[in-house]
Amino acid sequence: MLGVAVLLTVLRPWLPAGLVRIPEAWLLPWRDWIDVAFEFIRGDREEGRFGLIYITRALSGGLEFILDAVANVLYGKHRWPRIEQLPWPVITGCMAVLGYALGCWRLALLAGGTFLWAALIGQWDLTMETMSVIAVAAPFAFTIGGLLGIWSWKSKRVEETIKPLLLVMQVLPFFSYLLPAVIFFKVGPTAATVATIAYALPPMILMTTLGLKKVSPEVIEAGKMSGCSSWQMLRHVYIPSARTEIMVGLNQVIMLCLAMVVLTAAIGMPGLGAKLLAMMGSFKLGRSLEIGITIVLLAVTLDRLSKAWVVKQPEHFEKGTPWWRRNIYLVVGIASFVGLYLLSWVSQGLSNVNFEDLTWSNAHQYAGGVLDEVKRKQSMTQGRALDGQIKQFLAFDWVQSTTYAIRYFFNNFILIPSEKALLFVPTPAVILAVTALALGLGGFWPGLLALVFFCIVAEFGYWDRAMLTLHSVFMATFFAFLFGAPLAVWAARHEARARRLILLCDTFQTFPSYVYLLPAVMLFGISPVTVIISILIYTMVPVMRYTVEGLRGVPAEMVEAAEMSGATRSQKLWKVQIPLAMPTIAVGLNQALVFAFFMVIIAEFIGTRDLGQEMRKTLAGTHLGWNFVLGFSVVFMALTFDIAINAWAERRRKILGLA
Amino acid sequence: MPSEDTVISCRNVWKLFGPHPEKFLKSMPDGMGYDEIAVAGYIAGVKDVTLDVSRGEMLVIMGLSGSGKSTLVRCLSRLHEITGGTVEVEGTDIGGLSERDLIELRRNKMGMVFQSFGLLPHRTVLENVAFPLEMRGQDRHARRARALEVVKLVGLEGREEYFPRELSGGQQQRVGIARSLAIEPDIWFLDEPFSALDPLIRREMQDEFLRLQEMLGKTIVFITHDFDEALRLADRIAIMKNGAVEQIDTPDQIVLNPATEYVAKFTEEIDKSRVVHAGVLVEEGAHPAGGDPVDAGATIQSLARRIVNDSADTIPVARDGKVIGAMPRAKALNVLLGGAG
Ligand SMILES: Nc1ncnc2c1ncn2[C@@H]1O[C@H](COP(=O)(O)OP(=O)(O)O)[C@@H](O)[C@H]1O
Ligand SMILES: [Mg+2]
Repeated sequence: MLGVAVLLTVLRPWLPAGLVRIPEAWLLPWRDWIDVAFEFIRGDREEGRFGLIYITRALSGGLEFILDAVANVLYGKHRWPRIEQLPWPVITGCMAVLGYALGCWRLALLAGGTFLWAALIGQWDLTMETMSVIAVAAPFAFTIGGLLGIWSWKSKRVEETIKPLLLVMQVLPFFSYLLPAVIFFKVGPTAATVATIAYALPPMILMTTLGLKKVSPEVIEAGKMSGCSSWQMLRHVYIPSARTEIMVGLNQVIMLCLAMVVLTAAIGMPGLGAKLLAMMGSFKLGRSLEIGITIVLLAVTLDRLSKAWVVKQPEHFEKGTPWWRRNIYLVVGIASFVGLYLLSWVSQGLSNVNFEDLTWSNAHQYAGGVLDEVKRKQSMTQGRALDGQIKQFLAFDWVQSTTYAIRYFFNNFILIPSEKALLFVPTPAVILAVTALALGLGGFWPGLLALVFFCIVAEFGYWDRAMLTLHSVFMATFFAFLFGAPLAVWAARHEARARRLILLCDTFQTFPSYVYLLPAVMLFGISPVTVIISILIYTMVPVMRYTVEGLRGVPAEMVEAAEMSGATRSQKLWKVQIPLAMPTIAVGLNQALVFAFFMVIIAEFIGTRDLGQEMRKTLAGTHLGWNFVLGFSVVFMALTFDIAINAWAERRRKILGLA
Repeated sequence: MPSEDTVISCRNVWKLFGPHPEKFLKSMPDGMGYDEIAVAGYIAGVKDVTLDVSRGEMLVIMGLSGSGKSTLVRCLSRLHEITGGTVEVEGTDIGGLSERDLIELRRNKMGMVFQSFGLLPHRTVLENVAFPLEMRGQDRHARRARALEVVKLVGLEGREEYFPRELSGGQQQRVGIARSLAIEPDIWFLDEPFSALDPLIRREMQDEFLRLQEMLGKTIVFITHDFDEALRLADRIAIMKNGAVEQIDTPDQIVLNPATEYVAKFTEEIDKSRVVHAGVLVEEGAHPAGGDPVDAGATIQSLARRIVNDSADTIPVARDGKVIGAMPRAKALNVLLGGAG
């Protein structure tokens, strides 16, 4: 098969045009079909259509009401219940108490510090806009996901239907979540919330089902022998026993909500994401950096808080402990809420010292003044100054020449040639090559799926753009391995170092993806190299994480046996550790590819010519069919590799007896 | 035949694991062995078991791991649906009970203790113990009072507010025992309750268990794979292999008259003199000879000195102070020295 592929490529100049690219005439009007189908589902009742729009309008009314209420409390949107904005010290204080209750003073410091930073840097309202969507979307996603998880655990049929759907959802580009949300729900926070909920669902469903399945049989039997009815079993036995997995699901829900809500800037959701995008677009790097820091801090805080909640175990109290001691954190929380609220209320009329005028002698006045609200002039932001400084730094000769050289080298010697080469290859040759690869890796079914999937992609009619997407993905993943793998191998040599790297990766993984654009844009401006670099940074995370994990997971006896056989360090690595770690590394590769497919679409914001850019155009109108054709082009390409690599890892693991 | 006093009665109980167990059992030719069934793709968890347990009796089920002990007990409590045969509890066929009646039965009559405790991790000791009471809808005060009572009974006073993970293995199993006793069950199932514990603690828990049993006098089905434990506790022992009961008898009979090769091998290593009681060796018709009678309930080991030193052919044996016969000294010596019974 590969031979035929090569042959086709070599013979390309002499091939009839129909074999190089699928002729326009053969392409089916998928876009229109999908549009028609959607129009039917959506459309008016009177015209004999299904009328989903009525349902979603009703839903969006309810959702909007909740969103407005939360928005009122968090950033003073003029809606019911008209409490107006909670002063920032109240929220900051309560987050600190929550941090302390869930963890220790370090977590309290992190949680409190994050919100303090957001307030003082003058991004309070932006942060609260973002938070308000999370505060609504996360509980919804948690509940809906949990219920679906329970359902798919109860019924085999549901599980079998849901599974492939989830697989698709996990690789579906976020643009394809956004557009249906926009069409069916109101633009702005409502659509953003719906898209966010949908995006955060899959892991919750999976984790719930997993947790319920893992409940120990003896605990189940103990419940039955205690005479539980089936409802009592679920309520008192299954769900509490699956707590850990369900809470991990909640953690992922929160993190995905944050990731998505930042991305919903693309459909006009205001907040940190929109601001970051705007600042980055106009090359105000200092201010982008400040927003980036806020987003990162927020991500780390939310992640650590919810993870601390996962591992939090109940502690017993001695008999006779008074009520307030049992609920000490609640009491302190309420006390600080009330106390700080009063404090900021009192400080409302105090003098307004601007940050620029801040001196030692009027520091107390400044502190008093900002307790209610940090006004524009009072914020500590240095964004503007930083803008200039970064520009200056980039303008230094040596900086400029270095980045220019790197850019030049990458562009002219690697990216452009390889891109040209990929575009040169005839469509059938690519399909055959991918099929052969999947066949070799995964066996018959993955091979067949690869063939079908890539034929569909070709048939969708965006072949060149799809190839550009694929090119970016492959290039980035390749370089991620080139840089990430040696680092991981080095780190895996020592226990402590390995742990630190994994921790670092876990932290990086929580960052919403826009953040990754920032350093790339800073150094390389807006160019194809930037795209590759930002994807590369993003995909290095899973590459390093899984490589370290794979290497550390090699059974100690095998390594010791190799040492006793007199293997040198590199022999040990190449002959024992890497082969045994390969299945895990392959899972990392797979994750890296999935991440890259995700990131490549996002990188569109800084200018690419692939599917991502085309998809963004669809957002401007209501071209759902167009959007879905593009989205599923990505899905099919991503799934092809996902299925093949997973099948290979699975088989390899069995052969090695590691399953 | 089941008598008045039979609490649990199994008749030809089968439990097969596999794709279509019921269909397979119906079409299965008689006398198919465990291995043949396995070749057909089924595991005979329980294979044609018939036994009775009478009121106040402690039946110990023994066997190697995988021999079907747990499966059998789960058939008795209908945690498993049986593939064939009947299980009657106090005269009712539990296979025919509706979901609701089954729950009622468990809420009022049965208690079970598990090898790895099966405690609910999010509930305190007290809440775990009160769990069955809560499930049957008892009010808060009554269940608290009862739970405190049982917690005290198993010696966990002062630990009521602890969570399972804050307790040692032995303490956790005490919670498991307390929970199973909270509803005052008539029938008590224990599936290797002490196997997960250290030997020293195991011994202590066995003593504790005997104390409880003396006090409560329940009908007990107790599983173990430890012969010593079985001997200490059992009224009768059932020995299982490949899902079938090889022999069900008193400990004395099991060591003296093993029914099959397998049972014989199983008991080979056992010091028989510690198991066999004088009463068992009494032969009818042997005339009581001279000398003080020994108690029928004493083990041969405890009578070793007398058996070795006595010069008469037979030794008189008494039960409740009344002489019931005599045991041949040669037989007793055989048991003592480990020759053929
Ligand atoms: N749910 C099940 N599905 C399939 N096979 C089972 C199941 N439960 C038990 N078995 C099989 O039945 C046999 C008896 O198991 P078990 O009763 O647990 O043994 P024991 O308690 O004596 O160690 C074992 O071979 C086991 O593999
Ligand atoms: Mg068992």
